[in-house]
Order: sequence, then C-alpha cells, then structure tokens
Amino acid sequence: MTDNTTAYVILSAILFTIGTIGVLTRRNAIVVFMCVELMLNAANLALVAFSRMHGNLDGQVTAFFVMVVAAAEVVVGLAIIMTIFRTRNTASVDEPRMLKW
Amino acid sequence: MSFVILASVTVIAALGLLFARKPVHAALSLAVVMVGLAMIYATLEAPFLFAVQIVVYTGAILMLFLFVIMLVGVDTSDTLKETIAGQKVLATLLGVGLGAILIAGIGQASIATMRGLSSANEGGNVQRLADLLFSRYVIAFEATSALLITAAIGAMVLAHRERIDPKQSQTDLAQKRVADYAKSGKHLGPLPPPGTFARHNSNDTPALLPDGSQSTESVPAILAGGRADEEAKGE
Repeated sequence: MTDNTTAYVILSAILFTIGTIGVLTRRNAIVVFMCVELMLNAANLALVAFSRMHGNLDGQVTAFFVMVVAAAEVVVGLAIIMTIFRTRNTASVDEPRMLKW
Repeated sequence: MSFVILASVTVIAALGLLFARKPVHAALSLAVVMVGLAMIYATLEAPFLFAVQIVVYTGAILMLFLFVIMLVGVDTSDTLKETIAGQKVLATLLGVGLGAILIAGIGQASIATMRGLSSANEGGNVQRLADLLFSRYVIAFEATSALLITAAIGAMVLAHRERIDPKQSQTDLAQKRVADYAKSGKHLGPLPPPGTFARHNSNDTPALLPDGSQSTESVPAILAGGRADEEAKGE
C-alpha cells in the first residue's frame, strides 16, 4: 500500500486519456459508451485518492454520487442506442446524421 | 507493490478497450478495469465503494452493456471507412497530447502524501459514509432518487413501441397462409430450419435444398445480414 497520492492521480489521468482516445476514435456507439464509463471511473479513482489524502470521507461520498449518475446515464444512453438500432439498423456513430427519423 | 500490479493490470485492460475489434471483448476488458479499480478502492480504505463498484459496475452496468450488445448484434464491429479524413490519427495525437499535459501537470504540482482515513473511518466506513450521506448530503441524495426514477421512466419511454395495427391471432395467420397458398402456391408448411443437410448446424448456416443450393428462407434475416456484411468486408 503506497501513501503517494501522485501515483493514484497519474493512474487516473492515464485511464482518463485512454477513455478520451476511445471516445474520439471508436465508431461503435456501445464501445464509445464504455469509454465514457472508463472516464467516469478514472475521475472516481482521483476522488477516492484525494479523500484518503485529506483524511475525510467527502471524496468517497462524491464518488458514490458519480456512480449513481453513471448508472442513470447508462440506462438512458443504451435505450437511445436500442431505439436508433431499431429504426436504422446500425450501432455506428457515423450513420445517424439527422436529429429525427 | 500491490498498487503497481493493480495499476498495470488496469491500464492493460483499458488499452484492450481501445484495440478490441468486437464489442463483447471490449466489454470484458472493461470488466477487468472495473474489478481492478474496485481492488484499488479497497487499498484506499474505501470498503463500501469497493463493494459498490463490483455490484453496481461489474454486476449491473456491464451486464446491461452485454444485454444490449446481444440485442444489437454481436457482429456489429466498427465500420472501416472514415467519414472525416485523418480523423483517427488526429484524434489519437490529440488524446496522447492531453494525457501528456495531464501527467506533466500532475508531476509539477506538489500533492501531499496521504493522511489516511483511520480517524475518519472510526466506527466503520459504511457508518461514517451514512452519517455524511444523510446529514450534509441529504439534499443531493434525495435528488438522485428523482434522477433514478426519471432515468427509469425515460428508458421505458424510449424502449416502448406503440402497436399501430391490432395483434394478429393464430387464426388470422393460418387463414392468411392458406389464402397465400391459394393465390400464389406458396408452401403451406413451416420454413426449413437452419443447418438442415449443411456442414454446420449453427443458426446462421443456411439449409441446403435437394439440388445443393442454399435456402435463404432458413436463416433469420438479422443473422443473414450480419454474415453478408462480414463477407462484404472480406473477412
């Protein structure tokens, strides 16, 4: 167990970067969504690490709220992907260019 | 030491998210990332978040992802044609640049070493978190309940499909089949199952007709579409 906060924050930054590159380069809407989840998790890791650095639990409570919001976001996002797939038969982020169908 | 192992496993699994061709493999590597992060939370004296991370993320959210992958079709891999020229290269360069700036910035900043949570966790991590959640953060906590209900209703509205014409009963279907037979001589019986007389019996292998040609009717349209797409891409 290391007490060095910087290591955790750097790990969080690396995971966030990987998530960003995934969102920018992948074309499958579901994989793009997973990369967004990875970015949220990276932020959570930083929050938990800072919570331990400051010696109070506010960071952990915030990480818990982030998880709740992420769950709600996944539910709505996946429902949208399903609707787009049903009407347009594709899960690619390049295909839907109109705002209505 | 445990941090080094967990961090490398997590980063390698996260890279799998970038390079996996099939969404299922991406989802499985994301599961490894989630469990790795959960263990890091355990080393950071956050046992409650350790449990929540595994139950909510790997248990609920990832299973939801897998359900949707199964519904949308396992074979929907990324399209290869680029809509914007050079977008992938540019995006990767910018992403790596962002990472470099972040890491350089964090390296420059003087971040204090960890004080530890032994005093804050006194009497149990879950109990102390509950104290905070139901006192200082009670408004936010109530707001999340509204958010969750809204999200559930939103998902139901999005997934709901209104039935426009009345449901056809078995009698209607049988009468339609006989009417089709009387009009065009279409075969009355059931369609041939996939794999009949073929080399494999998987669902996407078309049945072989007596003259050796493939019966297109034996394969569900969505499976045939996926197979045809892959062959068009030259796999």
